[in-house]
Amino acid sequence: MVIAIFLGFVLFVLGLSFYLGAKTRTSSGYYAAGGQIHWGVNGIAFAGDYLSAASFLGICGMIATVGYDGFLYSIGYLAGWIVALFVVAEPLKRMGKYTFTDAVDAKYDSRGIKLAAAISTLIVSVCYLIPQMVGAGVLVTPLLGLPHHWGVIMVGAIVITIVATAGMASTTYVQFLKGALLIVFSTVLVVSVCTRGFSTRPDQGGKVPFYEYKSLAATGQGEQLAVTEPGWQVLEVQENKAAHASFARLSKDGAETWWLVEDKDGVITLQETQAAVETKDGRKLVNGAPASEANKLRQVSNIELFKGQEMAPQGRVSPFGLLAAMGDANTKVRRWKDTKLTDQDGNKVTVYFPTITPGNKLMRPGLKFKVEGTPLEKFDFVSLMLALFLGTAALPHILIRYYTVPNPAAARKSTIVAIAGIGFFYILTLFMGLGAMINGVMNPADSNMAAPLLARSFGTTLFAVISAIAFATVLGTVSGLIVAASGAVAHDLFDRYLNIKMSDQQKMKAGKISAFVIGALAIVLGIIFKGVNVTFLVGLAFAVAASANLPAIMMLLFWKGTTAKGIAASIFTGIVSSLGLIVFSPDLYKLYGLDPTTAPIPFSNPGIISIPLSFIVLIVVSLLTRPTGKVAEAAQAA
Amino acid sequence: MLHEPASSGGTDPAAAFKMRLGMWMFALYCLFYGSFVYVNLASPLSMEKVVFAGLNLATVFGFALIGFALIQALIYDAACRARERQLAGAPEEGGES
Repeated sequence: MVIAIFLGFVLFVLGLSFYLGAKTRTSSGYYAAGGQIHWGVNGIAFAGDYLSAASFLGICGMIATVGYDGFLYSIGYLAGWIVALFVVAEPLKRMGKYTFTDAVDAKYDSRGIKLAAAISTLIVSVCYLIPQMVGAGVLVTPLLGLPHHWGVIMVGAIVITIVATAGMASTTYVQFLKGALLIVFSTVLVVSVCTRGFSTRPDQGGKVPFYEYKSLAATGQGEQLAVTEPGWQVLEVQENKAAHASFARLSKDGAETWWLVEDKDGVITLQETQAAVETKDGRKLVNGAPASEANKLRQVSNIELFKGQEMAPQGRVSPFGLLAAMGDANTKVRRWKDTKLTDQDGNKVTVYFPTITPGNKLMRPGLKFKVEGTPLEKFDFVSLMLALFLGTAALPHILIRYYTVPNPAAARKSTIVAIAGIGFFYILTLFMGLGAMINGVMNPADSNMAAPLLARSFGTTLFAVISAIAFATVLGTVSGLIVAASGAVAHDLFDRYLNIKMSDQQKMKAGKISAFVIGALAIVLGIIFKGVNVTFLVGLAFAVAASANLPAIMMLLFWKGTTAKGIAASIFTGIVSSLGLIVFSPDLYKLYGLDPTTAPIPFSNPGIISIPLSFIVLIVVSLLTRPTGKVAEAAQAA
Repeated sequence: MLHEPASSGGTDPAAAFKMRLGMWMFALYCLFYGSFVYVNLASPLSMEKVVFAGLNLATVFGFALIGFALIQALIYDAACRARERQLAGAPEEGGES
């Protein structure tokens, strides 16, 4: 059934694209759907465009692993729409034609702006594309049983077809469909979570027996460690600095397993973990036995104590009741973390180990973003919140949706519909994430699958529908990104910057060829970045967008002294500074496999430096290059 | 030669009013959003205090930020529509970029 629903959806989307493709005969139709989309449809399509894999897969996964800190992304992403509505929507609609570049260049007709804005559009779109493609790979494995790279290739091929057939017209209707379905079925999922209620021994509705993790009493420390229960042999003990914990490798009946060493006031206890081992000769082991379909990492995460009680009350719970119980200081949740180490035989080990967190800490910021930490950690938090707030109104694939409606009032109304739909969905993410956290459905190796796996615990039908929607989520957003990026190449660079003379048909063809090339690039990047949390990656794309594009848009609208050179310099400064800070940040060092403490930049979110820097450069360069004398008078008159 | 808009909406006599109103409402939301960030940094423990219907301050503040965005959006739209109706047919107000 899963495959049937999935294939049915894909065929419908492709059919729609070919139908609309037959009607799309002009470049205006291709890049802006002829500017005739109804504001209500455009508003939901905005939601479909914006609620990407990062929102559905990434935020739910992050809430399921670090609680409220994941919800900060929901708050920041929604707040960004305020900037879009109050500052950007109507003026942008009045100024632009097909792309972000058209809008910022409307007053100047400057080659520098065209080049800078087109490059910025391309970079932001590619940064945003990576997590979507990673999300596609993540989805296809449990859905169709295919490896990650096939998911990425499949999405790439479908999206290229959607975009190359009818451009913005087909993209709009795919996004509308996906946005509406996502909101409706996320509501169904949240109602299901509340109806099931709490359990300290979640068994996925009786489908997966609850696994009781063992603990062993031990004596001694380090190499002297010995298990009290007979039959266990300690092979090695390792202190792991990254996890601030020690792990012991034990052997019993020929099977080797890893255990977390806990020392409470001199009482040593070993807690059972899960471990994935890659041996030197290439074999893969899970929890001491060869990895196979039957021997995979167990799904995890549950309530250990419900308001101090070992048993939770049976039956449904209200939405507020769920949040209140989760935030109770006496509710304890068993979350899972992971760390990497190398055993004494040279095998690579990833240990997944439990940690108990009280509800009051879980339901406020602090587990991921250290708001109680050092000034630098606080600085990082402010930087993230700033980039999320200012990034939305600077995303090229969102901005181009303002050109698909007939007038500025429709642009405003569609933004309000988007705020309603997106805001409601983001409230649902808190319930879906917490639902995944307490229902024992989490894959400890990949947080991105929280929402679909939660749906699977309620039955195959909901899983099939949610997975198909999640896949559509990727399709909708990737389509929008590829339209934006292909517009930057074909319209901004070829047509306007290089002044290559093309007929209307040739412009459309150039857009389609660009879509194909960018789609192929997205496929390659999606395979390379496998396994990285998609919300984290999108957060970085927001920082680049907010740094490169927003200062140009704001100053263009609100400061008459802005010059073309100021805008171009600001965009380039935003791109270089934000990317530079990201590339040398601790989070990226972790991704490279390097020690994050050796990263030259001590924080991971660049916005708080790169956004003001971009504003300052725009002001300084504009002041230095402002027209004087007759040129200024002519400019004033214009 | 400049690049013309995708579709011409004609002149908008209410444009300057809408821009001024938008900036004020944006500033108001910035204040609310900024206070959320500030409380998290200055008094993180206060975010776990139960303030309404068993919910802690972090949850209520988060929902309020989302809800307030929609309320502001609806007020802004109502004000813009009223002004657009009032000025329909009038020449454009000065000051629009």
